[in-house]
Amino acid sequence: MSTAAIAHPKSFWREYVFSTDHKTIAKQYLSTGIFMALVGGLLAYVMRMQLAYPGQAIPGYGTIDPQSYNAVVTMHGTIMIFWVAMPILLAAFGNFLIPLMIGAADMAFPRLNMLSYWIFFLSTVVLLASFFVPGGAAAGGWTSYPPLSGSAAYSGGQWGVTLWLLAVAMEFAAFLMGGINFITTAINNRAPGMKLFDMPLMVWMQLGASIIFLFSVGPLIAGAVMLILDRVAATGFYNPATGGDPILFQHLFWFFGHPEVYVILLPGFGAVAEVLPVFSRKPFFGYRMMVYATIITGVLSFIVWAHHQFIAGIDPRLATAFSITTILISVPIAVMTFAFIATLYKGSIELKTPMLFALGTLVVFLLGGVTGIHLGTAATDIYLHDTYFVVAHFHYTLIPPVFFGFFAAWYYWFPKMFGRMLNEGLGKAHFWLTFIFMHVTFIPMFLLGFGGHHRRISNPQFFEAMQGPEAERLQIIATAGAIGILLSQIPFVVNSVLSLLRGAKAPANPWQANTLEWTVPSPPPHGNFETVPQVYRGPYEYSVPDRVDDWFPQDAKV
Amino acid sequence: MAEYPRAEHILNESTEVPTGRLGIWWFLASEVVIFGGLIATYVLFRWQHPEWAAEASHTLNFAGALNTMVLLTSSLTVVLAHAAITEGKFQLAARNLGFTLLGGAIFMGVKAYEYSHEIAAGFVPARSLFWSFYYTMTGLHALHVLGGMIAIATVLVAVRKGHAPQRVEYVGLYWHFVDIVWIFLFPLLYLAS
Repeated sequence: MSTAAIAHPKSFWREYVFSTDHKTIAKQYLSTGIFMALVGGLLAYVMRMQLAYPGQAIPGYGTIDPQSYNAVVTMHGTIMIFWVAMPILLAAFGNFLIPLMIGAADMAFPRLNMLSYWIFFLSTVVLLASFFVPGGAAAGGWTSYPPLSGSAAYSGGQWGVTLWLLAVAMEFAAFLMGGINFITTAINNRAPGMKLFDMPLMVWMQLGASIIFLFSVGPLIAGAVMLILDRVAATGFYNPATGGDPILFQHLFWFFGHPEVYVILLPGFGAVAEVLPVFSRKPFFGYRMMVYATIITGVLSFIVWAHHQFIAGIDPRLATAFSITTILISVPIAVMTFAFIATLYKGSIELKTPMLFALGTLVVFLLGGVTGIHLGTAATDIYLHDTYFVVAHFHYTLIPPVFFGFFAAWYYWFPKMFGRMLNEGLGKAHFWLTFIFMHVTFIPMFLLGFGGHHRRISNPQFFEAMQGPEAERLQIIATAGAIGILLSQIPFVVNSVLSLLRGAKAPANPWQANTLEWTVPSPPPHGNFETVPQVYRGPYEYSVPDRVDDWFPQDAKV
Repeated sequence: MAEYPRAEHILNESTEVPTGRLGIWWFLASEVVIFGGLIATYVLFRWQHPEWAAEASHTLNFAGALNTMVLLTSSLTVVLAHAAITEGKFQLAARNLGFTLLGGAIFMGVKAYEYSHEIAAGFVPARSLFWSFYYTMTGLHALHVLGGMIAIATVLVAVRKGHAPQRVEYVGLYWHFVDIVWIFLFPLLYLAS
C-alpha cells in the first residue's frame, strides 16, 4: 500500500493547530518545551541572584521575600522536569522519530496523540496561571511533600498547590496517552523486515522510557488524588493527627520520582547513541548489550526509591538494602557508558556540533553519576543530604540528557525536521560556552555542599554556618556561571532562527546515516514514506568492508 | 475470528495483534498500577489498624453485594456482545451493549443511594481514615464506571450503524477491568468488618 494515498489535511487549523500528524505534534511539544525552558531559566536567574546578593534588588525582578523565593525554587524544578525534559526529550523527539525510524506512516493512534498534546497544553496554562493566584504559586518544593503541601496554612495559600497538583495530574494523563502510543507503535507498526533488534537505539530508549513511566506513575497519581482530597475535602491521609502518615507521600512520590530520572535519561542517551556511530563511522559497540542494559536499568529503577528518604526516619536496615540496589544500578549505566566509549575507539571521529554535544553528555554525566555514589550510600548521604552537593549532583545528572542530549538531537535532526542546515561555527560556540559555564555554575555547589551549605534557604545570611567570605565567593561564582549559561543560549537562538529563514537547503541524508528517517525528503511529507520500506539489516552498519560507501542504509537491498 | 478493519495509516502490524487491542492492554496496565498503588496503601494501613473493622461494619453489605451481582452480569452481556459481533450480528451486539449500559446505570444508582445514606448517618470522608479510603477508592472506581459507560454508549451508536466492530472487544476489555477492580474493593472495604 502506498502511503501517499493518505489524505493531506487542507485547512490551516487541521494542518498546524489540531493536527494529527506526528511531526507537527512533535514541533508543538518542542516549541512549548523550549518556551518553558526559558521560563525555568529565568526563575533560575532570580534564585541565583538572591543567593549571591541576598536581600538586594534583582535587576528585572526587584527584591524577593522568602515565600516567593520558595515558589521560585519549586516552580523552577517542576518546570524543568515536567514541562521541559519530558515534552522535549520524550514527546517531541519520540513523536518525531519513532514513526520515521521504524518506517511507519504515523503513530498508532494519531487522534490520541493530538489529545495528548492539547491536554499537555492545558496543563501548561494551569501551571503558569498558578503564579497569579492569591498566595502565589506552589512553594513546597518540586516534590510537594506534605505537611508543607498538605494544608493551606503551611503552603501560603489555598490555590497554589491545588493548581500545581491539577497541572501535574493533567500532564501525567497527557504523557500516559503519549506513552501508550509510543509503546504500541514501536511494538506493532515496524516496517516489514524490521525485527525488534533492528530498531535504532533511540527507539529502544523511547520504548524503555515509556514503559518505565507507565508502570511507575500510577502510585503517584493515586498519591496526588489523596493529597488533593487532604486539601479540599479535609481527609487526613498524610496527617498524623488523624492516623495518616506524611512519609507515605514520600514513598509514593519517589516510587515514581526515581524511575522518572531514567525516563528522562534514556531518550537523551538514545540521541547520543544515534550520533556517536554516525560521526565515528563505526558500528555501535555492543548493540544488544546496550538494549539489555536498558532493560536492567528499567527493572532496577523500581527498587531504589527510598535512597531519597535516608534521613526521613526510615528503618536503617531498609536504608542498607536501598543503598545496595542504588549502587547496583550504576552497573548497567556503566555498561552503557563503556559501550559509548568503545564505539569511539579507533573511529574516524568528526567533531561536528551534534558530536560535540554527544561527547559533552558523556563527560558531564560521568561526573553526575560518580557523585551519585556519595548520595546513594546511606552513611555519606546523612551528611550531604539537602545540601548544595545534592543540587550540584542532580544538575550534573539531568543537564546532560535534558540539555546536552537535546542539543545533540537538535543539531543532528534539525535538517530533517525543518529542511535546513544549521551553522557549524555558531553551533560550536554554543557548545563550548554552555559546556564551560555549566562547570562554572555547579562545581562551586559541590564545594558549598561539602561545607554544609543547606539548600532551599531563601537567604544564606539567616544562618551563621552559611556565612563567611568563602561561601559568598562560591555563591557569586555559581551565579556568574548561571548567567553565563543563559547568555550562552544566544548563539543557539540566533543560529536556529537564521537557519530556519535562510539556511542552506538540507539534502535527504546530510550525515550519510543508515536509519530510515534519512531515506525520506527533508522535511518528510505527510505520511512519511512514498512506499512501505523493506528493512534488510540493523541500524549501525558503517564502514562495511568491500563496500564503496561507508554507510549501508537499513532499506538498501545490496 | 472476523478480520478487524485496519486504519489507513497502519502500514504493517509486526506482531499480527490488532494495534487497537495492544493499545488497550497497555492502557489497562497503566490503570492497574494506579489502583494497585491505592489498594496497596490501603492494605498496609488496614493491617496496622485492626480497629477499622468497626468502621467497616457500617458499610451497606447488601448494597455492595447487589452491585457486585449487577456488575458481573453486565460483564456477561458485554461478552455476549463480543460473541455476536464476531458472527457479524451488529444489532444483537448493540442490544447486549445496551444491557451492559443498563447494568452500569443501576450500579451508579445503588452507589448514589449508599453514599447519601452513609453521609446522612454521619459517615463523611473526613470522619476517619477508613472513610477517607472508602470514598477515595469507591469514588475513583465509580468515575471509571462512568467513563466506561460513556465509551460503551459511543461504541453502541457506531455498532448500530454497522461500524467499528473491533471496538466492542476494546470496551469489553475495559469493562472487565472495571469489574475486576470492584472484585478487589468489595471484600476489602465492605466484607472485612
